[in-house]
Amino acid sequence: MFHIYCPYCEEHREEEEFHPKGQAHIARPADPDACSDAEWGDYLFFRDNPRGIHHELWVHAVGCRKFFNITRHTVTYAILETYRMGEQPTITAESLASGEKAGNVQAASGGQQTVGASDAAVASVKGAQA
Amino acid sequence: MSDVRMFDSRPATAVDAESPLAVSNLAERARRSAADPGVTLRERAFLGHLILRGGAIVLDEAVREVLGVSLPARPGALVHDADGERSIQWLSPDEWLLIVPEGEAYTLEKRLRDALGDAHFAIVDVSGGQTLVELSGPRAREVLMKSTPYDVHPRHFPAGKGVTTTFAKATAIVRRPDEELWELVLRRSFADYCYRWLVDAGEEYGLAVEESGR
Ligand SMILES: [Zn+2]
Repeated sequence: MFHIYCPYCEEHREEEEFHPKGQAHIARPADPDACSDAEWGDYLFFRDNPRGIHHELWVHAVGCRKFFNITRHTVTYAILETYRMGEQPTITAESLASGEKAGNVQAASGGQQTVGASDAAVASVKGAQA
Repeated sequence: MSDVRMFDSRPATAVDAESPLAVSNLAERARRSAADPGVTLRERAFLGHLILRGGAIVLDEAVREVLGVSLPARPGALVHDADGERSIQWLSPDEWLLIVPEGEAYTLEKRLRDALGDAHFAIVDVSGGQTLVELSGPRAREVLMKSTPYDVHPRHFPAGKGVTTTFAKATAIVRRPDEELWELVLRRSFADYCYRWLVDAGEEYGLAVEESGR
């Protein structure tokens, strides 16, 4: 179970109280009539499926019922931060790749968790990628 | 003064109202109450429940004027007025629950609307949609521990706090008006189920059910 920090209730709550709502930060095209079918279809249907950092929209369904954002690692499932609607993440794939640490999870460029894994395991994964 | 049309959902001449627990046979269970109960359940039916939505600053002014208490701005905060009969609880950053004695909801709504004028706000009378059950006694917290994943330890759940959370796999508002008392605000459709759950969960500690009078 996740223990998720709701930025509106300002405390950790059980995962049971939340629902995931997919990728965050998807801006609706300002002028839909001016969109090509490809642009509109991209906005409606196409989502990222990254290995590593993913910014997601969640809702505190049994609680304050507010939507907010979670930055989650799709390999380790670690929740790196939660932040309110309208805010930008402080942890991104770029910020992690440039060597910044977030909590006790540090991701390699390929998105693997490197802290906590044995050197040999990391090396073999890196080797497989090369 | 806003031009919203209002009506009294419980006018004095109305036919008898029924609590959501009218079907739950509280009277029958009350007769079998334990002599030295570890947990006591009491429904407080027909209280006035109002949902207040809008910006905290605008609402705060009106609530101070009408109820004489300030709007609780902190998440999870629950405050009572001077005589302890009326309460306001933070539900979300723009939503509060007001619970007042029976028969007061309509007048209160009117006074709040007058005080708020053309401000951007909403007031909804949800008195018919939910009911309040009190839980007291030395083992009350243990009943809650069996029923909700939320941490009800006094260190985490002091008096003056209230949260909306999962309760018995349903949803309820759990509140702690003072050290000795817990309150559950139950949705009408969940009320009978939650009451039966509480009876089942409380039985092992010695359970007393008090009738709410109607
Ligand atoms: Zn919340």
